[in-house]
Amino acid sequence: MTEPAEPDFDVIVIGAGIAGCVAAYQLAQQGRSVLLIERGEAPGSKNLSGGVLYSRGMQQVFPDFLDEAPVERRITRNYINFLNADSSVAIDYKDDRLAEPVNAVTVLRGKLDAWLAAKCEEAGALIMPGVRVDRVLTEDARVVGVQAGDDELRAHVVVAADGVNSFIAQDAGLRKKAPLNHLAVGVKSVVSLPRKTIEERFNLTGDEGAAVAAVGDCTGGLGGGGFLYTNIDSLSIGIVVRLDDLTAKKKVVTDVFDHFLEHRFIAPYLEGGELLEYGCHLVAEGGLDMVGEIVMDGMVVVGDAAGLTLNTGLTVRGMDLAVGSAVAAAEAIGDALDQKNTSKAALTAYRDKLFASYVGKDMKTYAKAPGFLEVQRMYKDYGELFANVLYNEFNLDMQPRKHLLKVARESLAHSPVSIRQLVKDGIAGVRAL
Amino acid sequence: MKPLSVPERLTKNRFNLDEQESHIEVDQAIAKATGTGKAIVACCPAHVYSEEPDGTISVEYAACLECGTCLAVAAPGALKWHYPRGGFGVQFREG
Repeated sequence: MTEPAEPDFDVIVIGAGIAGCVAAYQLAQQGRSVLLIERGEAPGSKNLSGGVLYSRGMQQVFPDFLDEAPVERRITRNYINFLNADSSVAIDYKDDRLAEPVNAVTVLRGKLDAWLAAKCEEAGALIMPGVRVDRVLTEDARVVGVQAGDDELRAHVVVAADGVNSFIAQDAGLRKKAPLNHLAVGVKSVVSLPRKTIEERFNLTGDEGAAVAAVGDCTGGLGGGGFLYTNIDSLSIGIVVRLDDLTAKKKVVTDVFDHFLEHRFIAPYLEGGELLEYGCHLVAEGGLDMVGEIVMDGMVVVGDAAGLTLNTGLTVRGMDLAVGSAVAAAEAIGDALDQKNTSKAALTAYRDKLFASYVGKDMKTYAKAPGFLEVQRMYKDYGELFANVLYNEFNLDMQPRKHLLKVARESLAHSPVSIRQLVKDGIAGVRAL
Repeated sequence: MKPLSVPERLTKNRFNLDEQESHIEVDQAIAKATGTGKAIVACCPAHVYSEEPDGTISVEYAACLECGTCLAVAAPGALKWHYPRGGFGVQFREG
């Protein structure tokens, strides 16, 4: 495989999100000439996430990340909620060990990504905002650069970090359109509230933060869930719904979101708040199945564009996987540039490093999670079943008491869930998660 | 919190409108024949699409939040959708 004669840059990175910025930063630190192209007016302006970043990987890249970066709150409280129309069963998990060392933080990408891009610039990367890459340039099936409008820019390696729609990877023939059961739409509002109000409502002190994850009536029973995360002086609230379920049941996505916002157990958290911003994002939900070809001659694909998101039911991850993929890519690209061989064979080291890291290992561990999470019963029947068992325990109606096991059996008998399904889902859940 | 309509929500966002070029184009015949029209009306969080009384789908591209959900649910050929030109479209400040 011959190298292009004299490219303009060692590496061109498309997209200044987390994966793109971390890759550009690390390559610039290696002393490579790096161009980071961003279609938004400024880095961060096209980027949106639910809001929880599992931060350990980022701290390896930026040792002072927690002190320097514009992070919001350190998550010490995880509230996992089966939400029904008029009942709610939750696990409220608080743990000081989550604060030291810090495990997860809330972030707002408009602020975080601007900081990341500034770090790239400090490290010597050139940032070109406000430019949309239209396609990659290829010669003999090898990527040699990018085209943006009338401009052609060439590099030894192109990094496609253009997000979940991954037009670049699709255009290069690496990815096909994903099936609807592997995609979800997230809809989110950022709502401002005084810092003190947030701390009172969520029982927090200082920079502690809470992450609420809900399933059930928050999506009107659709596959997916709701989330509510605390920032310093705002809340990120949203839903994520699987597109196969949304379209099959012909629901209007904004009705589903409104239903969550107005839910009687959710609305009080938002009381008195002012909407700051309204956004949405497509989410890859296929897990390992979404990660297809991510390497070709002269190009690698990282982050959301590579399908690297993971929903385990309890944790929902994307940004930390973006960091891990960018680290793996930067190492592999560095080696390939040193060897003056940026062919697919040489860049395949990226894939190997990715699957040897926490990213690939976790994607494999949770390979069965997407199938498990497609079980309809998760989103309505189980929440109601749990609430009914508890109701029969707590509702002292002067009827003779029964043992818990009998109460549970009777609640199960009245529920659409059969014992067989319960056992089957239990086993599948243990295997998948 | 006071419930807001989708257009009211969108007024909180910052947009750089590309007045020369729409980044969205619906093939009305295919959209109608495949059910894509109704599907994209329902799945768009920004209410970019609406169904007119004659069954055609109108497009308010200025409201687009650029998630790509419409393209994901659209039947082949029913929708041309790409990102707006560089620097245009929604500019998130929170994100």
